[in-house]
Amino acid sequence: MDMSFTPEQIRFREEVRQWIEQAMPAPIRKKAQNGAHFEHEEQMEWHKTLYKKGWVAPHWPKEVGGTGWDATQRFIFNEELSRASAPPLSPFGLAMVGPLIIQFGTPEQKTRYLPKILAGEEVWCQGYSEPNSGSDLASLQLKAEKDGDNYVLNGQKTWTTHAQYADWIFVLCRTKFDGKQQEGITFLLCDVKNTPGITVKPFMTTGGTLAFSETWFENARVPQANRVGPENGGWTMAKALLGHERTTIAGVGEIRRYINLIKRIARDTKVGTGSLLEDPAFRARIAALEIRHRALMMANYRTLASAQLGRAPGPESSILKIVGSEIQQYCYELMMDAMGHNALGWFDSGEILPMHEQWVASQFNYLRATTIYGGSNEIQRNIIAKLILQLPGA
Amino acid sequence: MNFDLTDEQKMLVSAVGKFVKNESNVERFRKARTTAAVWDKAVWKKMGDNGWMGVAFSEADGGFGGSFVDAALILEQFGRGLVPEPYIASVILGGEAIASAGTKEQKEKFLAPMIEGATSLALAYAENQSRYNLNDCLTKAEKSGSGWKITGEKRWVLNGHAADQIVVAARTSGGQFDADGLSLFIVDGNAAGLERTAVSGMDGHKTGWLKLKGVEVGADRLLGGAGKALSVLERLVDRAAAAACAESQGCLQELFERTVLYLKQREQFGRPIGSFQVLQHRAADMFAQVELCKSMMILAAIKADETDETERKEQISAAKAYLTEGGWVVQKQAIQLHGGIGITDEQDAGLFFKRVRVLQGLFGDADHHISRFSKLASFERSLKSA
Repeated sequence: MDMSFTPEQIRFREEVRQWIEQAMPAPIRKKAQNGAHFEHEEQMEWHKTLYKKGWVAPHWPKEVGGTGWDATQRFIFNEELSRASAPPLSPFGLAMVGPLIIQFGTPEQKTRYLPKILAGEEVWCQGYSEPNSGSDLASLQLKAEKDGDNYVLNGQKTWTTHAQYADWIFVLCRTKFDGKQQEGITFLLCDVKNTPGITVKPFMTTGGTLAFSETWFENARVPQANRVGPENGGWTMAKALLGHERTTIAGVGEIRRYINLIKRIARDTKVGTGSLLEDPAFRARIAALEIRHRALMMANYRTLASAQLGRAPGPESSILKIVGSEIQQYCYELMMDAMGHNALGWFDSGEILPMHEQWVASQFNYLRATTIYGGSNEIQRNIIAKLILQLPGA
Repeated sequence: MNFDLTDEQKMLVSAVGKFVKNESNVERFRKARTTAAVWDKAVWKKMGDNGWMGVAFSEADGGFGGSFVDAALILEQFGRGLVPEPYIASVILGGEAIASAGTKEQKEKFLAPMIEGATSLALAYAENQSRYNLNDCLTKAEKSGSGWKITGEKRWVLNGHAADQIVVAARTSGGQFDADGLSLFIVDGNAAGLERTAVSGMDGHKTGWLKLKGVEVGADRLLGGAGKALSVLERLVDRAAAAACAESQGCLQELFERTVLYLKQREQFGRPIGSFQVLQHRAADMFAQVELCKSMMILAAIKADETDETERKEQISAAKAYLTEGGWVVQKQAIQLHGGIGITDEQDAGLFFKRVRVLQGLFGDADHHISRFSKLASFERSLKSA
């Protein structure tokens, strides 16, 4: 067993670190370090910076715009991004539909969609959940009926993250109403902005920001050429894609950024004549959080080392999702505790509050979503119980 | 990075696993609990013959020149069968004390027979008031003729009740809490003035409580330089903490697997209780924690050989603390999911539960290690540079 990096890998880390250092715009860095909410434009600005360098999609094959890095290099790259508090990129194109098109798409689809995802010219969102199909995803009802070369879509999606900014949405829709639910689902790509009949209405979250939307389909016509994989074969794709999603939302890098923020907050929070850092009880809480994060990181290293040897990540990714999302929430719980009444403000007060005081309460509220989205943690536990532990059905 | 075992390590795990399954399973431990020493000299000899004590010692010292990871893999398997032989006490603590600080003569006389399984060792460092603070030592060693005279009391000496030779920490100078002035002596188990009492632990093992009433030892029994033992002790106890993580991990893995099996077999309301979602979710949480504990056990095993002291302390403290946080989820749910039978002595779950709890409390508990982690220079730097 070996946890060390080779001299080449150490040089690679240095190169990445130096580039990030000079490439990240100062205002973005400042917001990230203060845990502020990123506007869509800011996220895309960082996306395009990485794209120009050729580093926006390291996990894609080289032929379609990846970097050709191995798993360890990708890991080092991600670690350096977290270390620099870089803003997370929108995952729907790069981490979700992109890899799916690479795996299951036609040559035409690859040529049409992949370059624009890479360049950040087209923004994507995910149409999975419906008002009555959240955790029970296979019960979804968005209807797609064939008419000539098109499917005609009727129904509704919800919790569509960033739909208000998106150019495209990938949806799971129902093309067969009898038989097993999972066998009547099809995967379609829809142009949100230019398809008559698709309407997007954002929700205000308890965090006070517009993260999710409702998306309505009223006789929206989508070309059959936009289908990925076979008709009624969408469930396989849904599952493949969820595997990608879960690994992303474990948030190992996010947590690093949050812990750094906690440390800065503890340093800046005055207690008597000193700072909160001098309180041994609070230091012990940060240390315990660091240790918990290390356990998640080590589990992630093991998954990574296994991937490096060409083994596919299995349902074990559910562990990372459960633990990672809970640690993310704990980070903001700890920040709230650390700041006392200074945590209770809201961002609409503007600059009278320091930036982190504007945003901690908002993020604390918003992050309640991490244990819900991407398949709630209860669903992840079901997956572990059934697929790994093989416990009996009800 | 690569966490795969080498072919040699795979063979080792397989051999020890087979031994645990066929020869040293929970049933043997149950019987051993009623014996005076709790462990068996014949089994110890066999382990020596198999080469298991020598895996991590250098070839020059009579070992096989492997790494601490090899020893950890053995202990992980031992945990799965509650093997009672004093591997941590004798190999990781006593043996490594002599290997790292001893002279050639001391190694030949005291280490080599232990590696062969002919004798066993122990390390006496803890005192009633010392808690986990290694420089808190009241036991004194004074010059006496050409040798030393040791006076004091030691507690919770693993294998102290049975060891042939006991490495004893004593002050040759300085006050109770001084970092300098600690020395190590190799004391014969039958030395005049040494009183040993076997004290039962909650896990069914026995430990030695020692009274040293002016025990005389020759100059040849001073281990390493006089007064310089603290950093040696710190390293030894850190390695023992990493070893405790490995053995705990084996126990937790076994506890978890046995609980899942029980969930599949036990029926209530006309169906297996493992079909109830609330119990499935707890089993899933146990699985997640077993995997995280395993990850941290690996970290501790790799870092036990680390020469950078801060790095070693940081990672081993992290692992030892996590084996308590994550382990506790597994321990308490294992008992809860077994229901009433889980708190009976006849059910094995409680035996694993108790062994893990003892290992969590030895070599620094979670609070101690979190506190130590939070005071290390590396953590201090991370607070300043965040």
